[in-house]
Amino acid sequence: MGKKSTLLSRVIGAPYILWAVLFIIVPIGMVAYYAFTDATGAFTFDNMLEIGKYTDTFLLSIWLGLLATVISLVIAYPLAYIIANSGENRQKIMMMLIMLPMWMNFLLRTYSWMTILEDNGLLTTALNSIIEPLFQALGKEFEPIHLINTRGAVVLGMVYNFLPYMILPIYTVILKMDRSLIEAAQDLGCNKLQVFKNITIPLSLPGVVSGFTMVFVPSVSTFYISQKLGGTGTTLIGDIIETQFQTANNFHLGASLSFVLMILIFICLAVMNKFSDEDGEVII
Amino acid sequence: MKKKSLFAKIYPVLVFGFLYAPIAVLILFSFNSGKSTAIFEGFSFRWYEEVFRDTATLEAFKNTVIVAVVSALVSTVMGTAAAIAINNYKLKWFKQATLTTTNIPMMNPDIVTGISMMLLFVFISALFGKTGTLGFTTLTIAHVTFQLPYVILNVLPKLRQTDIHLSEAAQDLGCTPIQSFFKVVLPQIMPGILSGLMMAFTLSVDDFIISYFVSGTTSQTLPIRIFSMTKKRVTPDMYALSTLIFLAILVLLVISNVITAKSENKKQKQGSKKGGALK
Repeated sequence: MGKKSTLLSRVIGAPYILWAVLFIIVPIGMVAYYAFTDATGAFTFDNMLEIGKYTDTFLLSIWLGLLATVISLVIAYPLAYIIANSGENRQKIMMMLIMLPMWMNFLLRTYSWMTILEDNGLLTTALNSIIEPLFQALGKEFEPIHLINTRGAVVLGMVYNFLPYMILPIYTVILKMDRSLIEAAQDLGCNKLQVFKNITIPLSLPGVVSGFTMVFVPSVSTFYISQKLGGTGTTLIGDIIETQFQTANNFHLGASLSFVLMILIFICLAVMNKFSDEDGEVII
Repeated sequence: MKKKSLFAKIYPVLVFGFLYAPIAVLILFSFNSGKSTAIFEGFSFRWYEEVFRDTATLEAFKNTVIVAVVSALVSTVMGTAAAIAINNYKLKWFKQATLTTTNIPMMNPDIVTGISMMLLFVFISALFGKTGTLGFTTLTIAHVTFQLPYVILNVLPKLRQTDIHLSEAAQDLGCTPIQSFFKVVLPQIMPGILSGLMMAFTLSVDDFIISYFVSGTTSQTLPIRIFSMTKKRVTPDMYALSTLIFLAILVLLVISNVITAKSENKKQKQGSKKGGALK
């Protein structure tokens, strides 16, 4: 080994290094460049100042993204725990069932929710037919439930689309957990709840952190889900960015919005990484 | 094992119900005889016939497969080489910097990755005074870029697990470093490379957001075509197409699972025979 292999690794690593500089680092520089210039290419702060107008949109995106992430965590954790504690064959089948929906185009799955949540859709009709008699029994005037084009529908769309990204890392971590620690705790007199609280939860934290970022990042930056399920009332930051690039053709404003979004997310990730004392590698 | 609690039995059913509800609706309406994706009028195969007549959709499907195959192969070869190189880098700061850069496309929201590459392509083409550079090439470059981190992170752990003494032994026995790589190291990291390739391919087929910004108008992939159709009203032929893709994947997964289960059984049997012979 020694020198020869170092030289060899430099040579075979070179294409990737070149690629990463050209197509990862330079493009981010491009975003910064467009964010701080105007149409003539002169330096300006105007785009950044214009972002102030979108503070509410940023806050709404972060709020709905957080909500979706927390709901995903609440749904995913028990499931990951149950799967990790099932027999080997059952585990395989259930993991396959979790991955399988990802093969169905996500645009169509979201569109399909539209048909379910529509005012004369399946779920809305079913819920209303249950609720109507209740209202009549109470002697109140019946107001049909409205599901589509609400913020709730957007959060539902986020949870639905990104839930597998929460289940997978938590499942992986629980599966790899040292079972002898649990037995030791039981031997030392812990009951089930204490074992769960003192052993399982702390040890699965890296998976939770990883799942948290994997759901939060796409939720905050989504635009399709809010367009389809949120109607005109719920505009997220992703929608604004998409408009700047695809219809409004204001690349400079779009770039500055993306720049701020990117910085916000990197701050979030840095904070999240503080919580997991692991070496910071992502668990896939 | 202990007896399963009622909760452990019912809860997965509920979550899977949630995950599969829209898919069930989608499959149901692919058989709709009417044009609606909301009111079921009757059973028919008409939309399945329609799919094979729609040239734009077939063209988009062809583009998707070509981009996925080309980009997955490129990213797997380049990513595997990169993983080997990263594993051997002696300079700590350089290794760390490379790993951090590798993580960026995974951490960055897709929309930012998409527009950052779009800006690069637009900027370069403006530099050369050209327009309409966005197309098949830029699409493939973008796909390779977002697949690379997944390939590298699938191969790196396998490389760390390989025993360095084995390749040293091979070289002591007269192999050149290149021979020892292909005969000793490569077989050991093959599972990582294959899962990286699979992941790269899957990500490419599924990607909408990044493709949407870098593909231009000429080279539509299936997700982009679906997007432009969902802007108006979707007809069930899209549902029929995704039902077909879904079924194909399902069959593939079941077959591959059956094969691995069989080969594992065989191994176990052989293992127990050998174990017996040794005793």
